[in-house]
Amino acid sequence: MSAPVVDVPESPAELTRSPSLGEYFRSYLDRVRGGDIGSLPAVLGLIVLVIVFSILRPVFFSAGNFANLLTQGAPITVIAMGLVFVLLLGEIDLSAGFASGVCAAVLATVLTDWGWSWPLAVLAALATGLAIGTAIGTLVARVGIPSFVVTLAAFLAFQGTVLLIIGEGGNVPIRDSVILAIENKNLPPLWGWVLWAVSIGAFAAIVLTRSQRRRAKGLSAEPLAVAAVKVAGLAVITGIGVYFLNLERSRNALVISLKGVPWVVPIILVLLVVLTFVLMRTAYGRHLYAVGGNAEAARRAGIAVPNIRTSVFMIGSTMAAIGGIIAASRANSVDPNAGGSNTLLYAVGAAVIGGTSLFGGKGKVRDAILGGAVIAVIDNGMGLLGYGSGIKFIITGLVLLIAASVDALARKRAQATGRG
Amino acid sequence: MTANATENGAPILQLRGINKSFGPVHVLKQVNFAAYRGQVTALVGDNGAGKSTLIKCVGGIHPFDSGEFLFEGKQVTIHGPRDASALGIEIVYQDLALCDNLDVVQNMFLGREQRTSIVLDEDSMESQAAKTLKSLSVRTLKSTRQLVASLSGGQRQTVAIAKAVLWNSKLVILDEPTAALGVAQTEQVLALVRRLADQGLAVVLISHNLVDVFEVSDRIAALYLGQLAAEVKTKDVRQNQVVELITTGRTEGVESELPTSVDEGVTA
Repeated sequence: MSAPVVDVPESPAELTRSPSLGEYFRSYLDRVRGGDIGSLPAVLGLIVLVIVFSILRPVFFSAGNFANLLTQGAPITVIAMGLVFVLLLGEIDLSAGFASGVCAAVLATVLTDWGWSWPLAVLAALATGLAIGTAIGTLVARVGIPSFVVTLAAFLAFQGTVLLIIGEGGNVPIRDSVILAIENKNLPPLWGWVLWAVSIGAFAAIVLTRSQRRRAKGLSAEPLAVAAVKVAGLAVITGIGVYFLNLERSRNALVISLKGVPWVVPIILVLLVVLTFVLMRTAYGRHLYAVGGNAEAARRAGIAVPNIRTSVFMIGSTMAAIGGIIAASRANSVDPNAGGSNTLLYAVGAAVIGGTSLFGGKGKVRDAILGGAVIAVIDNGMGLLGYGSGIKFIITGLVLLIAASVDALARKRAQATGRG
Repeated sequence: MTANATENGAPILQLRGINKSFGPVHVLKQVNFAAYRGQVTALVGDNGAGKSTLIKCVGGIHPFDSGEFLFEGKQVTIHGPRDASALGIEIVYQDLALCDNLDVVQNMFLGREQRTSIVLDEDSMESQAAKTLKSLSVRTLKSTRQLVASLSGGQRQTVAIAKAVLWNSKLVILDEPTAALGVAQTEQVLALVRRLADQGLAVVLISHNLVDVFEVSDRIAALYLGQLAAEVKTKDVRQNQVVELITTGRTEGVESELPTSVDEGVTA
């Protein structure tokens, strides 16, 4: 390969040249037109929904309701983060909802009935999730049963398992203060700002040093202006969020003060950072996208496809366990319907609305957060407008349908423009 | 053989008396085959002649039943695709095996990602990919970070070939690289195939298109019903003679440089 070649390209760095600001935006527009829309619909939808609900019901845009939104959306968002991994392979996990219920039931039983300490109880719930995921993953990847069937069976079986653990008509309360704090207690306002400053600082450092380093090595890097806008935009949006959450939202502040960022926010932030790192910066994450994009190509590249397939169900069910713990904290108890009714569909909906493709190979962990926000806003806003569960379910179903159509149409368009 | 030895040195790949059966079907019969550094060897033959089986055996996907496999003059046994890659044999299959949702660099390093501890070393992978593409004088790609989904057929073929030569490979086997391409893209890919050989690699080109074969190859090996019908220098034959070799297994006035299956007493 080092032999002299007659026609060397004029500019040796042509292939790795950094785009100018204009080129960067043009190539982004090209990608969107070509069907690679990512999270754009979710972001636009979120903005429209927030404006509409704020006009119809000013209380929607209050500090108290904002905190509600976060704690309402947290369990399904966390379950959806795990589902992103499953969907990336083009698989589905219909049992994620009741898997979260089973894990929550395990948590409540060992905490309240057996008197275990909270770290052990959390470990037990996580181990239950991991075991569930391993079983489902093995059945799908090794035995070769379609994931739809395996997880549909698991959906039914886990529904029964929750019933058996909790007992029909029963209810196991949670009294552990640490578990309850996840959804019911807040960071002191100062800590909220420290968390904000540290997160934004770290994000800025990563984005800017990467851009500088790649530029120094003559590799393509996003324009500094774009990096700066990203950092500044995130800083402003999250800064407004922290400011709002730090406002007093108790009706009677003298009796009980209620302000600060709910504890569940830093938990989700850590999960987001860790899982995004795994997906984007490790060979495992790369292999996951490869299997989702073209399993045969991945197999020929020497990737152990069955292992990858099993692992996503393990991640999915473990994340469902975390979602179950958060839901238990929110409800202060676990009942036989834990993880039931709309939990699963909301979680799948969150991932898909956020921009994760049902066809595999496309999606990010942050999609779950954006989609989870859309669902929480609809659920919460419709509730404030006085609509009952019936209308809420229909609207959420329609939104999921729209998101899935956007996904399918984008895919069709990508194929039509030679990108599929 | 003596003529070859003086002109090109010893062949890098030499197969002697290869037999392969799938159940009762005897697919390869006493096949001899050789590929040389710096040369493009075209492997031609009608559908079912055994071309794909032969290269899959070389690539380690199927084992041979009997016969000798010499690589760089040494007898080797290949148990799987990994053994073949370890020797420096890379095969670009017709379906290319690229992931549409990954970019050029990610595809080129798929399964062999470089990392520092557990973190992917994107910078060094991107530099190396760009260097390889440059060494192949690839001008058709805009950026190493383009998604493969956005590439044309010729660009995809280019990426697949670049992926194959990234690993200091010594022998690159291309299965019908121009089958799905238009005229201009076919020219680009053929030029790339020629450059691979000019840089000292041994190239085996499977093709049905004799115009392509005559344009780019140095030698032609024709398979007929699982037997080697002839192995000749491209400049010594005319296109109609090769057509005859492919369709009937023999032709007037062609002297094979390798012993053919017919010479060794195997008949169809």
